[in-house]
Amino acid sequence: MEFRRGSNDDGLDRRFWGRSQALWSAAKREGRYPSLPNDLLYLSHWFSSVKLTQNSVIMPDTHTLVNDFLNKLKKRKIEGSKATAKLTAELLRSVISQQRLPNTNQAGALIHAIKAIGEQLTTANPVEVAVGNIVRRVLHIIREEDVSLTTASIGGLSLQGLSDDEEDNPLVSAAAAAAAARTTLRPPSLQTLLEDMTPHSAATALHHSSSSAGDSEDKTKSTDKNSRSRKLKHNVIETVNELIQDIATCHEQIAEQAVEHIHHNEVILTLGSSGTVIEFLCAAKEKKRSFRVFVAEGAPRYQGHTLAKELVARGLQTTVITDSAVFAMISRVNMVIVGAHAVMANGGVIAPVGLNMVALAAQRHAVPFVVLAGIHKLCPLYPHNPEVLLNELKSPSELLDFGELSDCMDFGIGTGSPLLHVVNPAFDYVPPKLVSLFITDTGGHNPSYMYRLIADYYSADDLVLQQRPTS
Amino acid sequence: MIPPPPSHAVTAPVPAASQLPVHTPVESYTLSDSVFSASPTRSPSIQLGLDGEFSEDSVNWMKRSNSGRFTVVLPTGGNSLTQAVEASIDENSGDIVEGSTQKNSKPLKEKTTKAERRALQEAQRAAKASAKVAEGNKPGGTLGMSAPAQKSKPVKQANQKKDVQPLASSSGVPEKKRGDKPPEKDRKKDVPPPRMQFDDKSRVEKAKKRSVVKQTEARNRVELFRHLPQYERGNQLSDLESTFFQHDDVHPAVYKVGLQFLTGDIMWSNTRCIAMLQAFQKVIEDYSTPPERTLARDLTAKINSSVSFLNECRPLSISMGNAIRFLKALIAKITLTQTESEAKSSLCTDIDRYINEKIVLADKQIVKHAVTKIRDGDVLLTYGSSSLVEMIILHAHELRRQFRVVIVDSRPNLEGQQLLRKLVEKGLSCTYTHINGVSYIMHEVTKVFLGAASVFSNGTVYSTVGTASIAMVAHAYHVPVLVCCESYKFHERVQLDSICSNELGDPDVIAKVPGRKNNCLDDWASNDNLQLLNLGYDVTPADYVSMIVTEYGMIPPTSVPVIVREYGQEHVLI
Repeated sequence: MEFRRGSNDDGLDRRFWGRSQALWSAAKREGRYPSLPNDLLYLSHWFSSVKLTQNSVIMPDTHTLVNDFLNKLKKRKIEGSKATAKLTAELLRSVISQQRLPNTNQAGALIHAIKAIGEQLTTANPVEVAVGNIVRRVLHIIREEDVSLTTASIGGLSLQGLSDDEEDNPLVSAAAAAAAARTTLRPPSLQTLLEDMTPHSAATALHHSSSSAGDSEDKTKSTDKNSRSRKLKHNVIETVNELIQDIATCHEQIAEQAVEHIHHNEVILTLGSSGTVIEFLCAAKEKKRSFRVFVAEGAPRYQGHTLAKELVARGLQTTVITDSAVFAMISRVNMVIVGAHAVMANGGVIAPVGLNMVALAAQRHAVPFVVLAGIHKLCPLYPHNPEVLLNELKSPSELLDFGELSDCMDFGIGTGSPLLHVVNPAFDYVPPKLVSLFITDTGGHNPSYMYRLIADYYSADDLVLQQRPTS
Repeated sequence: MIPPPPSHAVTAPVPAASQLPVHTPVESYTLSDSVFSASPTRSPSIQLGLDGEFSEDSVNWMKRSNSGRFTVVLPTGGNSLTQAVEASIDENSGDIVEGSTQKNSKPLKEKTTKAERRALQEAQRAAKASAKVAEGNKPGGTLGMSAPAQKSKPVKQANQKKDVQPLASSSGVPEKKRGDKPPEKDRKKDVPPPRMQFDDKSRVEKAKKRSVVKQTEARNRVELFRHLPQYERGNQLSDLESTFFQHDDVHPAVYKVGLQFLTGDIMWSNTRCIAMLQAFQKVIEDYSTPPERTLARDLTAKINSSVSFLNECRPLSISMGNAIRFLKALIAKITLTQTESEAKSSLCTDIDRYINEKIVLADKQIVKHAVTKIRDGDVLLTYGSSSLVEMIILHAHELRRQFRVVIVDSRPNLEGQQLLRKLVEKGLSCTYTHINGVSYIMHEVTKVFLGAASVFSNGTVYSTVGTASIAMVAHAYHVPVLVCCESYKFHERVQLDSICSNELGDPDVIAKVPGRKNNCLDDWASNDNLQLLNLGYDVTPADYVSMIVTEYGMIPPTSVPVIVREYGQEHVLI
């Protein structure tokens, strides 16, 4: 079995499907089902295949944990961004708790360790953006906790300094502490940049006061150290727990807003199935709203059938339509509500396959296209050629039986290039201009606002997870 | 009674000289004067300028007011008009028609003087007035009015006899009626009758009584589509088979075709149309006129019953509707002078010619046109399976053009797999995907070729469901969309959405996912809240279509009404 590999530079343009087709035909010849070899899952132009610098600090049991998770990711055993996000967060939590920290620069060491694992995880399944999101979230949490600890200590110090020399203006130093806290806590934005300029004198004053109080700090430092290291870890794990909790409850958070968006006698269209969408619609139903739902079945997995069954069980008027009938029916629809796989920083959506078509039809008929997305789906990256690079090709057997067309397939052997290609992409990219509204756990947002929302959750330093081999 | 505005009549364009006899008589106008009592008297000079448009209005108006009191002789060239009002013949009894025609032709032969005619007219007026009083609602067309055209060309009388019939019985069409601008007249009259709306309960009940195919209403009907037939499937076939010998009025050939429609053995609209026409050919071959009946009328009735049987098996496509219209026009044109065998053989050859010209040769011509658009290195995308697109692709392959084909397919029919098989067997490089993946694959596509079930005169393309989505995505990615369609499928109807008229397929097919044993919707009918919708067609807006390839050439969708207007009547006039 051989797989054609495009050279790296033209790899960007190369369609992923060529590979799966080659696989398909090869498998046909051998008469067996191709078991998605890891070889196939290269795709990482995004995160280039830099060899991981082995991190010796990870303890052996976390090592096995990580490897286990990696294998699952590679074999696509974990499906769905919510499940993946939750598992990633739990894995990282256990990694953090078992991480031995050095005496100096603990946050740095922790960040380094998490980044190393994060890189592994993201390369294992680059399409599952939620993994990278959670890794970045955890990194951001570590940074934040570190900063809040230092500011707390600085605040304490400045207070000490205040008591030490009375002539120092108390207002100035307090403002300085606040500004420092703000600049460190906030992600980079125009506002913080501007604020940085104005209280410059205050910052220098702070510098002065801290340096003046330097000797007193030295005394406390040694005693403080151990408690601080434990405190950092403790705080980080606590916040990660909160994150896990958030992921678990994101459906309810989103569903709570359902009543505000769904009105009486509305006709809603959705495609495929998404846990968030089920919860959302059912929440509206529970609030005594009666409305009708068109469910497009969502080839090739036909999850729409499951969704329809679920909705009918809750007493909703449901009509199942074929995917091809979406354009015909959308003229009678008031709103399209769909789930997403990931939301990119530009407001574009990586969504289950077929949704771009639905979004275009909705735009044509001026039907609002609403995307439900938990916070863990927000990805801080700007997509480049996402239709290809953030996509994945599933097994052709979902479209054509392996026995089917076998009599025709033999033609391809002589020429070398297979005659038949079967393309079964998993995702669609919906550009931001087609999306009317995002509903996240924090409320509704415009696509153009997503970058800002995302900036709240991630720090700019973590956008690139890969580490240079030189460093 | 409101007459048409006089200004209209005056400003109306003068028709072609050939169709306007030099001596347009005054009498004819005074007749219409008597009909439209309120219309102002005009001098002959104005009447000379009168043309069809005035009479058209009056015709329509007369039809609306439903007063069929006057026997009026149609001048030459009224074939299309005859065709148009053909429907109304059925309502009138044949006896009156024949009687009136005989009386009509009689006075034509004798040359009457002006004074005589005037006297005659006075008498008519009086008679009419009395008839009016005595509530003369039945066609009392016994007043032999001689038309000027016929006077000038008495030789044509025999041929015109047939033309005379329907009009004589239909209603008082003023003699002004010339054969000018037949397409326009036709279009005005030929507005397709409103389709059967299945939410109209009384009509559905009536239709049910007539129907041959036993149909039980589906349980979970989709609310939005109440106006379309939604019937249970599955037991129709066995029912039909078991009662085969009870339907003596349905010809076996028609019966066979009907069963094939029902089971879906014949799917493509072209093959369906050909199968239907060939079945009708057999009907005509085996037909013999019963005594005391005319072939034209009885055969039309026979065809009508066959058509309604086929319609019960599967709703007729628009192309089939067009073909049936053509056939009925042919039958209506059969004159009494023709013997039965002559008429039958001419009908059969005409049907053959229709199939050959409108479908077979048209396809060849379209293939010739479309192949010029396929270049080396092209990536063509097609949706589902269209016989025409298949021919185009195979022909381009025979011409050794180097190109790839992307076949997009969708449930429930998965027709694309048949096309895929055929193309792969021929050694074409194919890519196969489902309709959801079309946004992904559209990047590499250079041209989209689509088939169509019909093209409406507002340029919208009525085609297999999903076509609109494909065209939309192609439009979004700036890929040209070529729709291949024979012009006999064009229709003057307009449609904006896919809801108003459509065809619903078997909903059970949706519940069954191929290759899965346990479907979660297996017991869908048991829950009232759940409906499955299997839509047959959808409507592609004209702005998604780059061009339509017809046998007349490649046209933009805005030119469809032109084709319908210029060539649409052609098949009627063969």
